[in-house]
Amino acid sequence: MEIPYTVDERPDTGVYNAKLGVWLFLASEVMLFGGLFSAYVFLRLGAPVGAFHEWGLELNVPLATLNTMILISSSMTMVMSWASLKMNDFKKYKLYMALTLLCALCFLVIKYLEYSSKIDHHIYPSTNTFYAIYYTLTGLHGLHIIGGMIVLFYLWLPGSNMWDTKPEQFTNRVEIVGLYWHFVDLVWIFLFPILYLL
Amino acid sequence: MDAHSHHEESFFRKYIWSTDHKIIGLQYGITALIFLLVGFLLMMVMRWQLAYPETPIPFVGSFFGEDGILLPEIYNSLGAMHGTIMIFLGVVPLAVGAFGNYLVPLQIGAPDMAFPKLNAASYWSYFAGGVVMMSSFFSEEGAARSGWTSYPPLADIEVGQTIWLIGMIFLITSSLLGSMNIITTIVQLRAPGLTWSRLPFFVWTQLVTSFLLVLAFPPLEAAAVLQLMDRVAGTSFFLPSGLVISGEALAVSGGGSPLLWQHLFWFLAHPEVYVLILPAMGIISEVIANNTRKPLWGYNSLVYSVIFLGFMSFVVWAHHMFLTGMGTAMSSFFQITTMIISIPSVIILSALFISLWGASIRFNTPMLFALAFLPMFGIGGLTGLPLGIAASDIYLHDTYYVIGHFHYVVAPGTIFALFAGIYFWYPKITGRKMNERLGQLHFWPSLLFMNGIFMPMFIQGLAGVSRRLWDGGLEYAHASGVLQWNEFMSISAWLLGVSQIPFVINVFYSLKGGEKVDSNPWEATTLEWVAPSPPLPHVNFETLPEVHREAYEYSLPGRKRDYTPQTEPKKG
Repeated sequence: MEIPYTVDERPDTGVYNAKLGVWLFLASEVMLFGGLFSAYVFLRLGAPVGAFHEWGLELNVPLATLNTMILISSSMTMVMSWASLKMNDFKKYKLYMALTLLCALCFLVIKYLEYSSKIDHHIYPSTNTFYAIYYTLTGLHGLHIIGGMIVLFYLWLPGSNMWDTKPEQFTNRVEIVGLYWHFVDLVWIFLFPILYLL
Repeated sequence: MDAHSHHEESFFRKYIWSTDHKIIGLQYGITALIFLLVGFLLMMVMRWQLAYPETPIPFVGSFFGEDGILLPEIYNSLGAMHGTIMIFLGVVPLAVGAFGNYLVPLQIGAPDMAFPKLNAASYWSYFAGGVVMMSSFFSEEGAARSGWTSYPPLADIEVGQTIWLIGMIFLITSSLLGSMNIITTIVQLRAPGLTWSRLPFFVWTQLVTSFLLVLAFPPLEAAAVLQLMDRVAGTSFFLPSGLVISGEALAVSGGGSPLLWQHLFWFLAHPEVYVLILPAMGIISEVIANNTRKPLWGYNSLVYSVIFLGFMSFVVWAHHMFLTGMGTAMSSFFQITTMIISIPSVIILSALFISLWGASIRFNTPMLFALAFLPMFGIGGLTGLPLGIAASDIYLHDTYYVIGHFHYVVAPGTIFALFAGIYFWYPKITGRKMNERLGQLHFWPSLLFMNGIFMPMFIQGLAGVSRRLWDGGLEYAHASGVLQWNEFMSISAWLLGVSQIPFVINVFYSLKGGEKVDSNPWEATTLEWVAPSPPLPHVNFETLPEVHREAYEYSLPGRKRDYTPQTEPKKG
């Protein structure tokens, strides 16, 4: 007896196991970032009026805007890579996956430049509560990017020979890591306005 | 049968690095039982100091200082670690990790959990968390000493807390992996014919519990990350401006809020209370249905209640914070939700009581524990009401009354349920029953001494004795009238320890010496009793079971046997 519905959908629930699993994982991630976002609200309300805005003026909005574009593009290439597999075009899959990884790398490099310029100006997490939550939120988000990149890289190179043996399961894997990747993208779309713009 | 069952697995692969849910369940169970013992031992040491303040501890005194007297800071460590170990390393892993893992796939007729590798990762993450937690006792700073609740600012500046936080992150990860797995398994892997209304109640409780873990634990993880930042990176998430410690201003930016921690912490820790109690209710329901030989009374009400309970448990957290000055509007809101959440709990307890009505009850050891659970949990629940009402909570907050209340829920409540479960499913795991006489020798003294420990706590608490006094209240005039109970409680606690010896002997003795039984010794209806004892490695069942009936079809009229397994087809 094998474990059922590892690849095919269960008729009455409409999902395969890993897809439900990843949605549950994302639900917990929503609660994790939700907790941190509520901490942000709590601290902002507790700070002197206008202080959070003023402290945030030091941040580099153009760079962050660029980073937002890059991350949204990576979400698009992520979908394209999955769609390519659905259309049986493995070469295109490889290309789009490479582009996704490249975008992720660019994002991290820009984030690194931002961090180092802050640190050069002696702005640390301990400076005030705004930078405390700034470093924590973006740092945790960055860890999620790195984690995602490891999985993407695995599916791009060493893990991709699964396409020859179990194409359907491989496509599913790309789909669920894609779901995760969109989530990480979405978190940034919330982070960007509350940290840089408000 | 597939290739799995044909080739022999190495010892390491089979018992240590296993992906079989049954082995992982047992790993969880054994580890958690050891941690329960460790947590209990810490408490037995603390109780010496409370009964005989500042006298050398016998036998183990040399561990705690040269003259064998328990120092206040070590007392605080033991208290914090007792709570942490009992909840996060003992009861939850036993209730969810062990019982959930072992029984859920069997009760829904699945060959394994949905994600066997994640399951193993969950156990090993739990194990690592346990090792990290225990290692703090041997670190230079010592173990955490800010209570299991880790309230800042104390927890931000007190030693030992960093290791605690790292340990918690491992434990939270483990819980998340485990609970996602349980939900997916229940939703996806139910056997053909096993509709939602045919699920055993135990599976329902595991489902709701897992949802609580998935959604409530991440905010605590967030809080742990923030506290770690406070300690390591010098941030001030939980440190207000102008904090002065020992006459010196603390060199931090300030601007944070200790209340933030309390909100994030209790957002987890209140649902956590239901994580502790729901699987226990599930176990009790199985044992009661089987030993009353009747269908559970009000199966639908039970299911709706447990779902409602799970939902409500997310909106009651601030009843732990009535004294923080968060305002009367907030207090009123959380007081009302707290009163509302008591309704489904009462429905569940009532349904279980009514299930006993007119039954020809089998008084075996698991049933005795189940029967004791009902009033004990009842006492625990009812004494919680005055704590949920803001006005009376102001008087009772942080006294021994609170300790008495939640220990009644968890100790003679949940832990009795877990014992009932162990006695009940032991034959499934080993193919042998546990010894009945030793079981009774375990049950009766345990019941007596549990009450001996916790009942006087209500008396002390009502007199106003604070829960955190190293000397047990010697220095307080208002405590003087109730201090004599300290010795009584301590002796009860040590005797409770002694009464666990028959259980330990029973577990080991029955492995070889227990009565040999077939696959369904209790004549039960649910699917786990269709599988052989022990169930086959990796596949559980000889053939995939098909379900035709509801979970508890006992004593159907016009039948020879008083039970009808779920797999038996209906005629016509």
